[in-house]
Amino acid sequence: MTTEPITVLGAGVMGVGITALLAGHGLPVRLVDTAPEQLTRAPGRIRQELRTAHLMGALPPDREQGEVSPHSGVSAARGARLVIEAITEDTGLKKAVLSEVSAQVSPGTPIVSNTSSIPIDELAEAVRHPGDLIGTHFMNPPALITTVEVVRGARTREATLDAVRGLLREVGRRPVVVRDAPGFVTSRLLHPMINQAARLVQEGTASAEDVDALMLGCLGHRTGPLRTADLIGIDNLVDSLWVLLKRTGDEACRPCDLLLRKAADGHHGRKTGQGFYTYEESAT
Amino acid sequence: MTAPTDRPTDVQSAISAFIETRTRTTPEPDVDIFAAGGLSSLFAMELVVHLEKTFGIAISGADMRLDNFRTVDSMVGLVTRLGGRVDA
Ligand SMILES: NC(=O)c1ccc[n+]([C@@H]2O[C@H](COP(=O)([O-])OP(=O)(O)OC[C@H]3O[C@@H](n4cnc5c(N)ncnc54)[C@H](O)[C@@H]3O)[C@@H](O)[C@H]2O)c1
Repeated sequence: MTTEPITVLGAGVMGVGITALLAGHGLPVRLVDTAPEQLTRAPGRIRQELRTAHLMGALPPDREQGEVSPHSGVSAARGARLVIEAITEDTGLKKAVLSEVSAQVSPGTPIVSNTSSIPIDELAEAVRHPGDLIGTHFMNPPALITTVEVVRGARTREATLDAVRGLLREVGRRPVVVRDAPGFVTSRLLHPMINQAARLVQEGTASAEDVDALMLGCLGHRTGPLRTADLIGIDNLVDSLWVLLKRTGDEACRPCDLLLRKAADGHHGRKTGQGFYTYEESAT
Repeated sequence: MTAPTDRPTDVQSAISAFIETRTRTTPEPDVDIFAAGGLSSLFAMELVVHLEKTFGIAISGADMRLDNFRTVDSMVGLVTRLGGRVDA
């Protein structure tokens, strides 16, 4: 086990969740965000994620928590054991930040994108060593979901894949490796499905509660599509659907009006306290 | 641990009322509310935060396990043991 920190870029829903997973398994993390208020909120959110994981018995007992340090710039990637990018789902933004990262790290340092839908090989255009780039698609909350979709780009080196496999094993996750494609497996299936569920609510076929109740009760879903939308973040979901639509042409990926309205109104789900449902716990 | 009496204690009715508003079902005091599925870790965490705020307690260490939050009775037991009060 190496003790050099892992650098996580983006202190949003996923950056915080991934940081909690790593720190909860004793690994030191440098957490980077360009928005100061996100860095301010991060320690409380990480604590909340760790408490939830503890409550569910998802953390190794008697392991000392890894240290988490806040940073405002990509220079925090220098000397990192591995870098995980979890910033906003926007190809231009991601390419810019990945390009900066690849200028900071030594060749052979794995650079991992947590993108929901952007093909890894497309992002690889931005980095100096495309073989070092790979996708891991952690799901929210990362400390509680033990399976991780790993995306191997056309140019990803075997050593990069091995390093990521090793890290995932260290933090008790089970990787499933898939080929590169827009949305890979999980987003390609889940995001248009959630979009369709939202459209049913929009058309008045059923309430969000009832759509979820049917998916839970009849089809064995664990959370229900609309509560999942709230958990993902509706702004992020809309971004991902646009990425998918542009690259697949599949009209099922065109975000429906209800999702667009919620995104525009700031009703992004659990992270803002209001989405398809209302959340009290995130108000604090 | 103090055994709850047959009559709902104040702590008990406060907890039941919260579960009722959040799940839209009336919980039996000794029935596992998580057994039926559909209630997530997030709801479990909501219960933790709600009990802490409502009864002025801090839940940590070995008390932080789902089994303590499965039934109204087990939550009443926990709150009572940690010295929680309704008017906290
Ligand atoms: N939310 C989910 O359930 C989920 C699941 C799997 C994958 N993803 C993917 O993970 C990534 C992050 O999603 P999220 O839900 O955490 O989004 P989010 O909007 O909650 O957080 C994104 C964060 O990135 C920060 N950021 C933006 N540009 C930056 C930059 N140049 N440098 C540093 N920080 C920057 C923002 O300030 C924000 O805090 C996205 O690619 C998303 O598609 C999300």
